[in-house]
This record gives sequence, structure tokens and C-alpha cells, in this order.
Amino acid sequence: MNIDHFKPLTVYTIYIASTPEKVWEALTSAEFSRKYFFGNSVEVELKVGGAYVVRTPDGSLHISGEVTECVPHRKLSFTFNVNWPELIEKLGPTLVTYDIEPAGDAVRLTMTEAHDRPLDDDILSGGRQGWPAILSSLKSLLETGEPLVVKMTPPERMLAALKKLGINTP
Amino acid sequence: MTESRFIYVTYIKTTPERLWSALTDKEFSRQYWLGAHCESDWKPGSPWKLVFDDGRVADSGEIVEADPPRRLAIKWRNQWSPELNAEGYSLCTFEIEAVPGDGGDAVKLSVVHSIDRPESGLIKAVSGGWPRILSNLKSLLETGSVVLPKKA
Repeated sequence: MNIDHFKPLTVYTIYIASTPEKVWEALTSAEFSRKYFFGNSVEVELKVGGAYVVRTPDGSLHISGEVTECVPHRKLSFTFNVNWPELIEKLGPTLVTYDIEPAGDAVRLTMTEAHDRPLDDDILSGGRQGWPAILSSLKSLLETGEPLVVKMTPPERMLAALKKLGINTP
Repeated sequence: MTESRFIYVTYIKTTPERLWSALTDKEFSRQYWLGAHCESDWKPGSPWKLVFDDGRVADSGEIVEADPPRRLAIKWRNQWSPELNAEGYSLCTFEIEAVPGDGGDAVKLSVVHSIDRPESGLIKAVSGGWPRILSNLKSLLETGSVVLPKKA
């Protein structure tokens, strides 16, 4: 996998009244992520080559990948591949980067979702629906102590597009 | 692609009515607009402007659609930069939807800012501004304080 071939296709920036350390912890901790990531938990080995795994509330593997860059409290890049058959073969891996930067007394968090080939807006629509909800909830959690839990409908447009490509989603 | 477009979606713990009020109240807008405030009577066809604290007009235009508390659309032209002004009018729409949550108020705010030209400097400029302003608005409504007190 050549990182240089990946181009950002979805970017989301959010400013959070918190510290780089707390934002980093919230992004990399299973306990925190369960609160803002639709009940899913993130488990990550914080080193290049370390495993990045997301499990659903029942413990099943949902997303898996590998850390490609790790600068504590500053930058984390990892592959982020949903566990559906033939997804990577047909669409390539997904590379997610979190950039954490100070902005005055606050933090600017930038999430970049990059891919190694152009992808249809329909395919990207799932991520574009999910990320704002996940990161808005993370912001509420860090600023108020409570996540902002919203009930999301499945990303129908993306699921229909994947089905057309022969990728069977549950 | 002959259009330039920036989309920003945020979820805020508030009600559609409170969010509409936050977007359209001149004095409230001063708190989160990073050194500016909005002025309009918010009726379709009425003028609209964004004014810096020192009185200079930052952007101006007209209310195209106003359907409180669901949808607002503004024709929007930059006034402080000759280069951005030359691009003409953009369209900025706000969609407010109540969303089901975990037993509490939650609102999805979608801002779509677009202009009929490729590689627009105006859309590039607002792409940096909207995450700041909307992050400020979310913090203000949820905690009582903004996250960015001045241009950061």
C-alpha cells in the first residue's frame, strides 16, 4: 500500500474546547469511543504497524486496519476497512487521519478520509453521513460530559451503491 | 464540475426553534460570528448583511427563502475583498432538522454554500470560516461559552 497514492475525498474540521491530550485519549480509547461512536469501541495499538480495530457493542469485529503514522496528541493515521467481503478488493482501502492542533486555548481536530482511487459520491455518502455525527458527539462529550447520541438511519445510498458493485453488506 | 460547493453538517443539543433564533438574532450572532454579526428582518426578498464589529460590511445579499425553523437561504456576496466580490453572488442554505436521540433534544444543521463557478475563492474562504463559526455556535448553545473567542 503506497500512502502517496491516497487523496483526501472527505475532510471534516471541528473546534473543541479541550486539550490535545484529552482529544487524543477520546479518539483512541475503547471506553470513550463507546459513548460517541454509535456504541462501537475503538481498540488501537499506538505505534506504526499497530492494529486498529472497531467492534460493535456485542464484541464483533466491524472495522479493522493498521496504524501508519502515530505522533501522540498530534496525528494518527490508520487504515479503516469495514469488514464486508470484497470491499477492499473492489474499492481499495480507506485511510483515515486525525490531525490535532492547538487553536488558541482550544483544539482544531481535522478528520481526513483518503482513498487510492476516485470514488462515487454515493460510495462516500456513508462516511459523509457518519463522521459529522461521530465528531459532533465527541465534541459534546468533551465539552459537556455527555455525548450527543442521535439515532441514525443506515446510509441507504451507500448501501445501494455497494450492492450494485456486488459487495454484500449485512 | 462547474460549481464550487462546501457542505458542513453538525449536530447540536438544542431545539429547531432555539437554533433558528441563534442564527437570526443580531445580538446573539455577535457572540459566535468571530467579530461580526448578521443583520436582516429575515423575510424573503429582504436585504441581508454580515457586518464587522467596526461597522464595515463584510458580506451582503438578500434572503431568498425563510421557512422558520426549518430552512433559510441567503444570496451572499463578499464585500471586503475586491477579488471575492468579483465572483458575484453565492447561495448559502441552512437546513434544520430535529433528529431522534437518546431521550433529549438534538438537531441536525446542514449548511450548503455554493456558487456557479469552479475553484471559487469565496467558497474556499468560507470553507475555513464555517467550521469555526458553527463550532462556536454549538459550544455556545450547549455550554454557554464559545470555543473560539476571537479570530484564531
